[in-house]
Amino acid sequence: MTDGVDTAVRLASLGGAVCFVLGLHLMNSPATARRGNQVSAFGMAVALAAVFVEVAHGGTMSAARWLVLLAGILVGSAAGLYSARAVPMTSMPQLVSLFNAVGGGAAALIAIADYDHDPRISAGTATATVLDVLIGGITFSGSLLAAAKLQGYWSGSISPPGGRLISAALFLVAIGSGIAVIAGAQSLPILLIAVIAALGLGVFMVLPIGGADMPVVISLLNAFTGTAVAMAGFVLQNATLTIAGALVGASGGILTKLMADAMNRSVVNIVAGGFGTGAVGIETGPGAGAAVRPVAVDDVALQLAYAQKVIIVPGYGLAAAQAQHEVRDLAALLESRGVDVSYAIHPVAGRMPGHMNVLLAEADVPYDQLKEMDDVNPEFDRTDVALVIGANDVTNPAARRPGNAVSGMPILDVDHARSIIVIKRSMASGYAGIDNELYTDPKTSMFFSDAKKGLADLVAATKTLVA
Amino acid sequence: MSSGFVGDLTIFVLALLVGFEVISKVPATLHTPLMSGANSIHGVVLVGVVLLSAFVTGPLGYILLFIAAAFGAANVVGGYLVTDRMLGMFRRRPLPRPAEERTSRD
Repeated sequence: MTDGVDTAVRLASLGGAVCFVLGLHLMNSPATARRGNQVSAFGMAVALAAVFVEVAHGGTMSAARWLVLLAGILVGSAAGLYSARAVPMTSMPQLVSLFNAVGGGAAALIAIADYDHDPRISAGTATATVLDVLIGGITFSGSLLAAAKLQGYWSGSISPPGGRLISAALFLVAIGSGIAVIAGAQSLPILLIAVIAALGLGVFMVLPIGGADMPVVISLLNAFTGTAVAMAGFVLQNATLTIAGALVGASGGILTKLMADAMNRSVVNIVAGGFGTGAVGIETGPGAGAAVRPVAVDDVALQLAYAQKVIIVPGYGLAAAQAQHEVRDLAALLESRGVDVSYAIHPVAGRMPGHMNVLLAEADVPYDQLKEMDDVNPEFDRTDVALVIGANDVTNPAARRPGNAVSGMPILDVDHARSIIVIKRSMASGYAGIDNELYTDPKTSMFFSDAKKGLADLVAATKTLVA
Repeated sequence: MSSGFVGDLTIFVLALLVGFEVISKVPATLHTPLMSGANSIHGVVLVGVVLLSAFVTGPLGYILLFIAAAFGAANVVGGYLVTDRMLGMFRRRPLPRPAEERTSRD
């Protein structure tokens, strides 16, 4: 009888895991992605229902345990419901970071509570326990800090004096106490020392990392969370946790690699705080440095209106100025005149992988107009006007030459277009802290304006001039 | 016990490989929903929390249980809802007219 229930629970858990994989598989096309998420959510519901049956049948649930568990779930669900409804899409990176934090934190708490319950565990389980609290701890504090940075409590990097020394010391403490637990210390305080060291490490890992490196950091912390959850699966000997954690670990790992490649930097280099960490663009006024060609709004409007093919190159500056709707309006106006309009999206255009696509989707830009770097680059040769808005380093042709801060970084071949218009407030340099050679290209015109206002003016000018 | 560990490790490694295979096919356009969706999946930690609730004892145990349950539930509920909301925004360009006629006739 109990065996029957046990088998049913295991089968349901397997079904849940299968749904996770199918859900992720459906994510490979925008047309099926939403269904994929629903399949995944269904799998989660099945897995949760199964585990509730399991503990209810276990016969060890007291009223107090039910009460604490359900109260926690209620509070958490309310918080999740509110944040999911209220969060603006520009703040998605923060929310993802917060979910990384709670996921990693919960995984670490499972290991701590399990160890607190009974520290007489095998070396294998102890290894998983230690890895769980270390990875979960780093993820928790690191993700909270990343979320705070993304929210703009402060941006840029902070390198506290002796930061590396403290990190090294924390690392040694974490490893030392971890080995003691694995060797069979059977002492909760020693495990808690490892937890505290991990929390410290998370802080010192994220502190020196600057804003434009955030896509890499979030992806890495996402991978960490998955791994921590998988370790919690080892601790509880529950395959559902192990499988789901591994899937998330794989997803985070792939995205980390893609983001690092898109910036031509190694993950180690970013975490160690490489270039750009202190590079705040020096605000020089328009026209400083080499000669650039400023243009007036009417010229831009005419060029766009009489073009056959226009590619818009949005960067994070567009989102920062909240100008997604204005750019959509401009694109719609141009399309109504028969202009072929598409968007070229660099992988790191935003604060997390794929962020710019979501921001434009929110502004009702159809996803088939959003083109990835490798697909769109050959199209610039056939493009009349490339309109660059709030993107900088990812368009710098200097990346094709060795010997500078952006060398080797994959860029959008904006300079191959017949004519280039850059909407920008000033000549300030980008994250890499170097001048963008695109701006001094003879084919480039600079339209100095705030992105939101500039685009609104462009729409108005186009309407009056050619309507 | 150690055979249990190796069994778990086997599952972990195979799931990791399946993950790499499935996820490397996701286009860059969907990377934010992918990460948000993966985020919801690690909300499965709530399953672990429920298992944990069957044997926690003492004030520390109950406090850890409450916090972990709240964290896990926020992760699951928030993750899936926000991913759904986000994916609802991805729309295709309105179909060109001939295609529309064809579908309306069907």
